[in-house]
Amino acid sequence: MLLEVKDLNIEFHDHDVPERVVHDVSFSLDEGEILGIVGESGSGKSMTAMAIAGLLKRHDVEKKGTIFFEGAELLHASRAQLRKIQGNDIGIIFQEPMTSLNPVKRIGWQVEESLKIHRPDMSRGERKRRAIAALSDVELPNPEQVYAKYPHELSGGMRQRVMIASAMICEPKLLIADEPTTALDVTIQLQIVKLLQRLNREKKMAVLFISHDLSLVKRLCDRIVVMQNGDLVEQGSAQEIFERPREQYTKELIDAIPRLEKLG
Amino acid sequence: MSLGKWIGKKYPVNVIIGMVITGVMLLLIVMSFFYTPYDITKMDSASKLAAPSLCHLMGCDNFGRDIFSRVLKGMQNTFVIALLTVIIGTTGGVLIGAFTGFFGGWLDEVLMRIIDVVFAFPSILLALVFVSIFGTGRYNVVAALGVAFIPSFARIVRGEFIKYREMDYVKSARLAGVGRPRIIFVHILPNTFPVLTSSVMIGFNNAVLAEAGMSYLGIGVQPPDASLGSMLSESQTYLFSAPWYAVFPGLMIILLVLGFSLLADGIKANA
Repeated sequence: MLLEVKDLNIEFHDHDVPERVVHDVSFSLDEGEILGIVGESGSGKSMTAMAIAGLLKRHDVEKKGTIFFEGAELLHASRAQLRKIQGNDIGIIFQEPMTSLNPVKRIGWQVEESLKIHRPDMSRGERKRRAIAALSDVELPNPEQVYAKYPHELSGGMRQRVMIASAMICEPKLLIADEPTTALDVTIQLQIVKLLQRLNREKKMAVLFISHDLSLVKRLCDRIVVMQNGDLVEQGSAQEIFERPREQYTKELIDAIPRLEKLG
Repeated sequence: MSLGKWIGKKYPVNVIIGMVITGVMLLLIVMSFFYTPYDITKMDSASKLAAPSLCHLMGCDNFGRDIFSRVLKGMQNTFVIALLTVIIGTTGGVLIGAFTGFFGGWLDEVLMRIIDVVFAFPSILLALVFVSIFGTGRYNVVAALGVAFIPSFARIVRGEFIKYREMDYVKSARLAGVGRPRIIFVHILPNTFPVLTSSVMIGFNNAVLAEAGMSYLGIGVQPPDASLGSMLSESQTYLFSAPWYAVFPGLMIILLVLGFSLLADGIKANA
């Protein structure tokens, strides 16, 4: 088992009344598996991902439960321990490709950044070679040119590919994709999903795919976790969830998928 | 415009005027390090308060010293003091602002309240207090003005850091295990440069005016060394008999500030 989340609770204390955003959530993820977390806005799916990535702010947040990644506890680990585990083994891509790349740095510099941290003895030339290989791995045309460009010179879809490349450069065992397709148009969404699928197959990399779009999740994921208002509603294999949903909420979600593809 | 073309961009007219004025002023200042037409302390009783002529381009002061030479030297002093002031203010401001903005928490509260207190005083008043404690002289002026300039830079930088620390690229850098000093100075700081540069230039202008003001009050650069401010103050007595004595130092202060203001406008518009 690669990742095991057990009884995860997250509470915000930045207002007078504590706000519980994730409540007793448990699930696990095997190596090379693609797990989808679906739910509407505010269901706590992104917060769960942030907790796994160790990106929750320290103050004002109360966390309970455990998150094991390859046997090491992440949720209560110190920053130094966390840094050793993460980055190398966990990569992340975000929803908004416009803010997920640093506007003042060249693409190559950003893709190489985690190599500089986790492979400090790698030579410059080797780093560049790896970065360009990563850029061509995510099917960017002319990776050498993209390497020297700034983010504003690329389209949203290309930026998301760059993000995937920089998340993948250290060959992580887990890629967290937090609504990676939401800001893209539909044809690009499909390309990104296919790309993630291919990378999962070729690199044996597990993917935690967070989305509110059930049709994408169905296409991509082996197993699905359904969340609502911070609670885990239902989990199971993609087939089970879609063919025999047990909970009313899951049925409603499935019914909400536009049926155009079935008509055509 | 050829200058604009040379930099590879088209600039509006006011920026080009700013570039030309600043360029000429910088040239004169650089020149003043190596050459002034006359020794700035050499007195000549025969040409006391002499009107501008080919010998003395801007005339002579009440001791018969060449005003042009003294203006050059005064510009140099003003420029160096303003530059050092801005360097101290920016460095201090960036460090405090980056730290408080990035980390937040109680230390942010404490430091920002201190900054608020310092900010509540006009910087020239603060510098006056500083000088009256530590004495006059150009290095005390630099230290006093520099410290007085820290709060405004700290606030600007803090605001920028609060804006950028929640950006996704900062989060992914954190996840990648990038150390906090590197995130602060390599990942975030360059993003603040557009805002920082224009406020540095405005800060430079304020420093020029503050230095001139302090020398005018007699607590800045000490005689017989020349300063635009102290020349203005000396010239008051001769405002009607020798108006050129007041006009030229004043004009130079205006040009120095105007040039940088126009440039700062252009940078702000580009940012």
